[in-house]
Amino acid sequence: MTQELLTAAPPALARSPRRASWLGRFVRRQPMGTVAAVVIAAIAVTGALAPWIAPYDPVANDFGAMFVGPSHDHWLGTDAFGRDVLSRLIYGARTALLVGFAASLGGATLGAIVGVIAAYFRGPTDLVLQRAADILISFPLIILALAIVAILGSGTLNLILAIALSFVPRIELVIRASAMSIRGMVYVEAARAVGAGPWRIIFRHMVPNVVAPYLVMVTAFLGQAILLEASLSFLGLGVNEPTAAWGLMLSGTAVEFLQRAPWMAIFPGLAITITVLAFNVLGDSLRDALDPRLRT
Amino acid sequence: MRQLRFLVAAVLAGALVFVSMSASTVAQQPRRGGTLNFIVNAEPPSFDAHREATFALIHPARGHYNLLVKFDPQNYPKVVPDLAESWSASADGRTYTFKIRRGVRFHDGSTLTARDIKATYEKIIFPKGDVVSARQATYEMVERIESPDANTVVFRLKWRSPSFLQAVASPWNWIYKAEIIERDPHWYERNVMGTGPFKFVEYVRGSHWAAVRNENYWVRDRPYLDGYRALFITNATAAVNAIKSGQALVEFRGFSPTQRDDIVATLGNRAVVQESNWICNNIVVFNTRRKPFDDARFRKALSLAVDRWGGSEALSRIAFVGPVGGATRPGGPFATPPAELEKLAGYSRDISAARAQARRLLAEAGVPEGFEFNLLNRNIQMPYSFVGVFLIDQWRQVGLRVTHVVKETGPYLADERAGNFDAAVDFNCDFYDDPDLQLVKFLSVNKSPLNYGGYNDSILDRLYTEQSRSLDAAHRIALVRQFERRLLDDRVWQIYVLWWKRIIPHSARLHGYKISPSHYLEDYQDVWVSE
Amino acid sequence: MARFAARRLLLMIPTLFAVTVIIFVLVRVVPGDIVELRLVSGGSFVTPSVIEAERVRLGLNKPIWAQFTQWIVGIPRLDLGTSMWTGQPITEEIALRLQLSLQLAVMATLIAVAIALPMGIAAAVRRGSWVDHAVQVISVAGLATPSFWLGILLLLFLLTTFHWLPPFTFTPLWVDPKANLLQLIWPALAVGYRYSAVTTRMTRSSMLEVLREDYVRTAWAKGLAARVILTRHALRNALLPVVTVIGLEFAFLIGGLVVTEQVFNLNGIGKLFVDAISHRDYTLIQGLLLLVAAIYILVNFLIDLLYVWLDPRLSYG
Repeated sequence: MTQELLTAAPPALARSPRRASWLGRFVRRQPMGTVAAVVIAAIAVTGALAPWIAPYDPVANDFGAMFVGPSHDHWLGTDAFGRDVLSRLIYGARTALLVGFAASLGGATLGAIVGVIAAYFRGPTDLVLQRAADILISFPLIILALAIVAILGSGTLNLILAIALSFVPRIELVIRASAMSIRGMVYVEAARAVGAGPWRIIFRHMVPNVVAPYLVMVTAFLGQAILLEASLSFLGLGVNEPTAAWGLMLSGTAVEFLQRAPWMAIFPGLAITITVLAFNVLGDSLRDALDPRLRT
Repeated sequence: MRQLRFLVAAVLAGALVFVSMSASTVAQQPRRGGTLNFIVNAEPPSFDAHREATFALIHPARGHYNLLVKFDPQNYPKVVPDLAESWSASADGRTYTFKIRRGVRFHDGSTLTARDIKATYEKIIFPKGDVVSARQATYEMVERIESPDANTVVFRLKWRSPSFLQAVASPWNWIYKAEIIERDPHWYERNVMGTGPFKFVEYVRGSHWAAVRNENYWVRDRPYLDGYRALFITNATAAVNAIKSGQALVEFRGFSPTQRDDIVATLGNRAVVQESNWICNNIVVFNTRRKPFDDARFRKALSLAVDRWGGSEALSRIAFVGPVGGATRPGGPFATPPAELEKLAGYSRDISAARAQARRLLAEAGVPEGFEFNLLNRNIQMPYSFVGVFLIDQWRQVGLRVTHVVKETGPYLADERAGNFDAAVDFNCDFYDDPDLQLVKFLSVNKSPLNYGGYNDSILDRLYTEQSRSLDAAHRIALVRQFERRLLDDRVWQIYVLWWKRIIPHSARLHGYKISPSHYLEDYQDVWVSE
Repeated sequence: MARFAARRLLLMIPTLFAVTVIIFVLVRVVPGDIVELRLVSGGSFVTPSVIEAERVRLGLNKPIWAQFTQWIVGIPRLDLGTSMWTGQPITEEIALRLQLSLQLAVMATLIAVAIALPMGIAAAVRRGSWVDHAVQVISVAGLATPSFWLGILLLLFLLTTFHWLPPFTFTPLWVDPKANLLQLIWPALAVGYRYSAVTTRMTRSSMLEVLREDYVRTAWAKGLAARVILTRHALRNALLPVVTVIGLEFAFLIGGLVVTEQVFNLNGIGKLFVDAISHRDYTLIQGLLLLVAAIYILVNFLIDLLYVWLDPRLSYG
């Protein structure tokens, strides 16, 4: 009986043998989510193929073509340095997706680990972690990220770290709650009774059960991460020039030349909105499909 | 010969009159009254100019004070009387005697005497205890200050100094009240008490600084304005919009060329644009403690690769940089003659030849194609970011891959001081064209705390000291040229990128204001506004 | 009720203390030095001894624990020390900006609620209809649009159509209501739209849940008018989670509008925070972080009180 319980781990997405049919069901039941997934895939492919499809080098200055409006040579115009806006948008997709995925995956993973540990050990460890998380979520995300950037400095890597770290307390609290509910279940108690060690219980039983909320959090925070990256870069505290990044493209000259060269501000903003929109829609659909309990 | 010189002078004078007439600064009868609203795009830390180094204090608060002598706002770099009505220097150039104006009153009604001047300068030159003076080192040549009577102040110097009078005209040396300084040397950090044309009304943080006319001002019929209001608008776009919408008439630091065009496009003939070369520049300092930056050939290659003339033309359309110059301001009294300038590394008009030479030097220095290094920069958009993006693209064209490391001012300074960089965009900004001010940062590390490159060069040190004590103008210029050749062409310890261009587009309602090459020299005594 | 409130208030003290510890440690690991920044950033030639003297004057040479005690003992008296950058009391520095930030937060929240409640309710009642879909699209788009970009577009719109721009300097509401509102309505719109998105979604799902409850079905069965059912029975109960969301969003609005304040040149708390960080003004950063955390904790407390008040089923514990 106990043996059976131990081997029959609760159903989890990652190891489901019927993944293909799950995907089919997702496509059928979540048409919006599917569209969003396709949009994201398209953006990712664009970013990945940037060197081959971008018409210009995104950092090359061309002082003969400053502030050129959308035209045959430059479909989306050029910026103050004569850099091609379309090429910078295409390369900017790389920055956005890199920062988005790295920060939300990193933050969610770290948050999940901390949450599961807190849930397993309870007692003083849990209390301290809980208190710390409670306090950290009392700061707006951007304030927390700003403070971390101040400590680490700007630049793409530090930006990822700052955004990931500011997500940790928020994710930790959700994951802990999920893990907590599993921990009390009969089969976990049983596993412990037959002498399974803490790490075995954590990895075999608790981790698989927080996969669903984990994935939901990752997608939910992807959009947030991209918005945060844009905000920090806009403030001059994120990605550094001349790297192509959407938030950076919106800052400084784009606002300054708003009337004269509105394309500099409009297209990067659209790119951010569309990408974040796609991630948000996908996140909603995933949540509905994976875990109806988390529906809000 | 003498006739020729006269002719030249007459033509110049004529041109000057023409220029000032066309600038419509003297065309109308000054109007008394009205409030001048202007923008300041940063906020002052304390109110004590002796310890601060930001225009954000000069612009809102300079109107409350007078100086001992000052630069003529209409005719830089002429020095004219302010609180000193006259002065004289001894034959050996080591004693300066200033006669102080009588009957000048502080805003509290007390009378100004030589004692106030002495106390002020002692606070600046010989600060006691925990008093901070940002300009102590500038007055190293001063031995002591005396006030033999109520209307005389005497400065005794350790050595003769050709630019001492200009150093005293420093816009930072506001004359304070001796009694207050003696009672509490920190009082002026949070309070205002001067003899200037405007009295302090209020400072609302994040909003404005208000001042009202000093009815008992010692210059008759001045100031013209009833008062002024400095509006703190830190966002550049908002500043442009404030001028376009008439919420402010001017911003006295300077706008970028595109912002200028934007304002002119909206205001049309209701805007006046004044421009001047600026005593500010961007420098690149190389960390000579690191390889291959210890190799003069590599550093020279980096300078050769920068197309200053092409960059000047392009960048001057988007940023307030432009003038190409050596170690002294183009257009200034010590400016490098064009023929000499073009002989310096990186100043040739033939950029492809220069780049070819740069590639040869890179090869000689053993630096491979695709070599990577970091360029440290400040996270200030105008003009640092533009200069950084430009340099990276220039160096990319000789096969170097440069990463832009942009930091906030705090960590940026910390990195510069700790030598934690490969190359760094640095800057220099002064109130006056003077080799003493502009060259000090290139001296050996043990001589100058502002040398971040980590090198020692006793020849530069010697040339600097010699020029700073040479009373013969021609000889001094020759020494400065020698210094410049060694710095920029021979050793290439640091390089100049571009000098800045000061652009002030203002409402046509502002009169009596003339742009100078420094944004520290603003003076509202003679400024007026029309209806 | 009073006992409940008092107990919750007491519980806030250890939390706030922990907040101060975390903040203090966080601030001290920020690299860069305010003294160098002030004295050297203008390019002045300043000797190391001058820098040292200034450090002593600001108390930066004292051991960390001494600096911490000095700060913490002032807090109960609402004395947060003086700004290292300006020498002004922190409370004064903050009070000026808080006025603007509070007003903007209130306006944005009002706008958000005005958009969210009707949209959320309509979407819930007409679930699955085109109304529902439209509402979903509008709210998801709101979440995805960076509010600073929306602000930029708003400015562009005002510039091109009216050749007019909102004032750039803050006038308090009681001095000149018109100038004040003309300045703040635009950022409030940009931010309010974004924040309405969260509230709309919350209202919709909360309403859906309540509409499924037995007592609402009973009400329908009894043949009560739809308006009565919706307002009396459903809305009142659905409001609880909605109020929580509104409250927390409000708390975040006070310090969290960093970028929007930049776009509209508003001297609010967010901008002050960015300035304080770039100046390395330790005391001011500490004060601001404490303020933001305190507001959040206070709002949480008020929400709890409101819960007890709105829902008599909850005990006063």
